[in-house]
Amino acid sequence: MTTQERGWKEIPPAGVCWKPSTEYLTGDWKTYKPVRDLEKCTRCLLCVIFCPDGAIHWKAEEEDIEFDYDFCKGCGICANECPTNAIEMKLE
Amino acid sequence: MKSVVKQEFLALNGDEAVAYAAKQADVDVVAAYPVTPQTIIVEKFSEYVANGEVETEFVCTESEHSAMTACITASATGARTFTATAAPGLALMHEMLFVASGCRAPVVMAVANRALSAPINIHGDHSDTMAERDSGWIQIYAENAQEAYDSIIQAFKIAENPKILLPVIVGLDGFTLSHTLENVQVLPGDVIKKFVGTRQFPFITGHEGKTVSFKLDPENPLTIGPLALQDYYFEFKRQQEDAMKNALKTIRQVHDEYAQISGRNYGDGLVDPYYLEDAEMAIICLGSTAGTVKTVVNNLRAEGVKAGMLRIRTFRPLPVEGILKALEKVKAVAVMDRCMSFGGCGGPVFHEIRHALYDALAHPYVVNYIYGLGGRDTSPSQIREIYKDLQRILQAQRVEDPIKYVGLRE
Repeated sequence: MTTQERGWKEIPPAGVCWKPSTEYLTGDWKTYKPVRDLEKCTRCLLCVIFCPDGAIHWKAEEEDIEFDYDFCKGCGICANECPTNAIEMKLE
Repeated sequence: MKSVVKQEFLALNGDEAVAYAAKQADVDVVAAYPVTPQTIIVEKFSEYVANGEVETEFVCTESEHSAMTACITASATGARTFTATAAPGLALMHEMLFVASGCRAPVVMAVANRALSAPINIHGDHSDTMAERDSGWIQIYAENAQEAYDSIIQAFKIAENPKILLPVIVGLDGFTLSHTLENVQVLPGDVIKKFVGTRQFPFITGHEGKTVSFKLDPENPLTIGPLALQDYYFEFKRQQEDAMKNALKTIRQVHDEYAQISGRNYGDGLVDPYYLEDAEMAIICLGSTAGTVKTVVNNLRAEGVKAGMLRIRTFRPLPVEGILKALEKVKAVAVMDRCMSFGGCGGPVFHEIRHALYDALAHPYVVNYIYGLGGRDTSPSQIREIYKDLQRILQAQRVEDPIKYVGLRE
């Protein structure tokens, strides 16, 4: 335990989170990473909807998607759901 | 003490009195599963719902584990939440009881105290709630149906206090109180509504760094009770202990405030002493047994015997200070336990009282009487026999056998 951690009087009750969990880069858990074939991808956004970690972002200006490898755990759901098989899981 | 408002007399059994109190407290959500001897509470409440007398969301669950889960989550959204159960149902809730207190969900639950199986027994004893004494719930034990009604109303105000936020169990002895008709004085609905008020929430910092009300609200997202490991779990548990200690004061305050409008008081809300000012010997007990003990004390006093009684109304948090003060001058104490702690050093109440007395200046003789298991009746003559035992201990100046059984066949 580090000394920066707070005492019981300084934290909210009931295990409430007082900061977001974005400082934990869970992307380093993955073994396989999703790689997209830009030709096959139709930007249907099914992968964005199915991603359990919200790690596929829709970039409106570019009208394209982007994998957030900092938080993608490599589960492969996007590859499984992609209707055009545009996503391949590759060993990191 | 005189009531400041006009009250109505209703013929209610303990369960009906509890349901009536929950109705008046304007409960938002009731999630429950029927179990004897609590069934009348939920049955009666479902009638209120069916008749449109309340605006409560009534959830019939498939088990008590689910009932408590529904109560916790409803409470987390800011709803005033109530449920009721008894022995096997409470045991099935066990896991979720700790979740309720850990999530600081101020659920109020009536427990019609009943023996735990096996063998199956539906009658009154305290094995069910005593097995949950370390679950982080406040525990209040009623002496009669009137007190069950009064305590349920007080329980909401105690539980929902933003400095407390702890769930509360109000225990009423199965059948002796739950199914026995009594004249119960009830306050007008608008008086109760004003007394209990609406739920207030403390402000806390959420994960977006914003200051938000401590409740689940889509506009101000909050995550309650997800995960805390070696780094923070301990700190959250320490907060619960702090809330328990604060509750000692809040229970007294709410009790006094209620006494002002109802004209009814139960000691200081924590302990209820009877003829203890000059008593040489005392019985300590919980719940309905106190009524029988009082009768015996009255008779003994008429005979010039300095007998007294201390009823522990609030068992969690244990009012150690009040207990020690009440027993200051007493020389011999009999602690009555309607529950066994198998292989332990006597029953649970005995453990705690004797432990508390270790730090007292005067050390009275303390003996334990296990009684009334599975609803076995305890008569005034048996209580009288306990006082005789205490007299014998005082004469002999020694305790032969610290743990005895009342009304048990050898």
